[in-house]
Amino acid sequence: MKKLLSLLLLATFTVAPAFANERIVAEGSTTVLPVMQRTAEVFMNQNPGVNISIRGGGSGVGINSLIGGRNDIAMSSRAIRDSELRTAAERGVNPRATMVALDAIAVVVNNNNPVNNLTQQQVTDIFTGRITNWSEVGGESRAIVVISRDTASGSFETFNELALRGQRQSRRAMMQASNQSVAQVVSTTPGAIGYVGLGYLDRVKALSIDGIAPTAENVLNGAFPYARPLFVYTNGAPTGAAQRFLNFVQSAAGQRLAASLGYVPFN
Amino acid sequence: MNSFKERAFKYVFCVLAYCSLLFLLGIVLTLVFNSLQAILNINQLQFFFSDDWAPYFYPPIFGTLQLVISSFMVGAMACLIAVPIAVCTALFLFELASPRARAFLKPFIEILAGLPSIIFGFFAMVVIAPWLQRTFDLPSGLGAFTAAFTLAFLAIPQIVSITEDALSFVPKSFKEASFALGANRWQTLSKVIIPAAGSGISTAIILGASRVIGETMVVVMVAGGATALPESIFSPVRPMTATIASEMGEAAHGSLHFSALFEIGLMLFVITLILNLLATRISKKFRLKLGHGR
Repeated sequence: MKKLLSLLLLATFTVAPAFANERIVAEGSTTVLPVMQRTAEVFMNQNPGVNISIRGGGSGVGINSLIGGRNDIAMSSRAIRDSELRTAAERGVNPRATMVALDAIAVVVNNNNPVNNLTQQQVTDIFTGRITNWSEVGGESRAIVVISRDTASGSFETFNELALRGQRQSRRAMMQASNQSVAQVVSTTPGAIGYVGLGYLDRVKALSIDGIAPTAENVLNGAFPYARPLFVYTNGAPTGAAQRFLNFVQSAAGQRLAASLGYVPFN
Repeated sequence: MNSFKERAFKYVFCVLAYCSLLFLLGIVLTLVFNSLQAILNINQLQFFFSDDWAPYFYPPIFGTLQLVISSFMVGAMACLIAVPIAVCTALFLFELASPRARAFLKPFIEILAGLPSIIFGFFAMVVIAPWLQRTFDLPSGLGAFTAAFTLAFLAIPQIVSITEDALSFVPKSFKEASFALGANRWQTLSKVIIPAAGSGISTAIILGASRVIGETMVVVMVAGGATALPESIFSPVRPMTATIASEMGEAAHGSLHFSALFEIGLMLFVITLILNLLATRISKKFRLKLGHGR
């Protein structure tokens, strides 16, 4: 269904109406991508004069391009870094954050893996390479295959901060370019463990952490440890069509769309 | 008028011909200038001989040995798979196949040559990787061998076509002389034609290797992407091209990380340059030997 939607969306862009007079380019985190695509689709139906084009690339790419003036909206699953703020200031760009939804990073395993719960310490030990076999955490005797995201990803950075607490990730970790490909690899690899946004759980099993499942309720009340807000950044406060679009994303209707994709609405 | 036209055309084509040279020069200069920061600020001994790559860590660590090893490991394995298949295919097509079999096979090899590498990547990710994983009971299907296996099929069409060229350079008289001496088909092929085309075949193999080492999309998708030194031929690895491709978007322009990626690019450029020079040299020698030299 998601694929069909994105295909439809693609088709919409290719035959973009000639009278579209306001064009917005959004780029960045593949975690934020689905909610922006869905809301943009609905928003463009209601506002035929606006053409929003959205692409992934990773949080770092989005922010870099915003600073370079190559997009209007940078999608990010992490807060902007000090170094990026400095570069932005040098170029006269003033990144302003707008929250678009809440998300949790779910730790996921293959559907056939009997393990259902890990402690935070176990997650840290697995991702830093101290625990290498599922039998050490109550599973069957099988080598653990750690799947991670490449360094351009905001999830990588957020996960490093929340779950690894600054320790180095195992060098055996296999780096994947998107949430989708982490889910794909985990779903086809019996011993795999990875982490993805809540919008990508259909083919894999999400683990409870310290007995707490990554559900909307647990994210909102702060019980789930690996939760975070998702942002978009604009140069200065958003104006014109971008402002109307982001207002829509934050509205009750926009947040309902986010919820339908597995995000946690804050409104 | 005619001579004016002729001169004008000559100059236009001359300028066009030098365009690619200019472009190449631009690429080399860009690579060198952007690498300077890394060359000056990173201990080069560590850059080439440390196997630890953690640019996001604080303080960042830039060691490329395992990336280079991964590139060569994947490249070598791909060649080991591709060369026998490709050379035998070329020999079959050129010497043994009936015109009908040839007309049937050739277009398929050409289609294979024209497929974008991302299609190979898809196929490898969805079909080859899960199959290898089940067959060899591996922890994961993505790894050096999967990448090499896929790249081999990417390189085969190229090796086949250059090998065919090399075979066609062997003068007909060689073959006729061999038959006249009473040699059979197999003896002619193995003792006369292959040695005569030998350096041409080596050229084909080297160019194939250089193509494989430079290929990016397939290794990003199926090589596994782990920065540890490979422990077996199935280990997930991250060759140089994959490292550049997956980190370039993130590295802030002008940062040390950005520059280090350019230095990897420069290394890659030098490696493929050496391979290509080697190929040109060998093929020149071989033309001289067969009396085609200038």
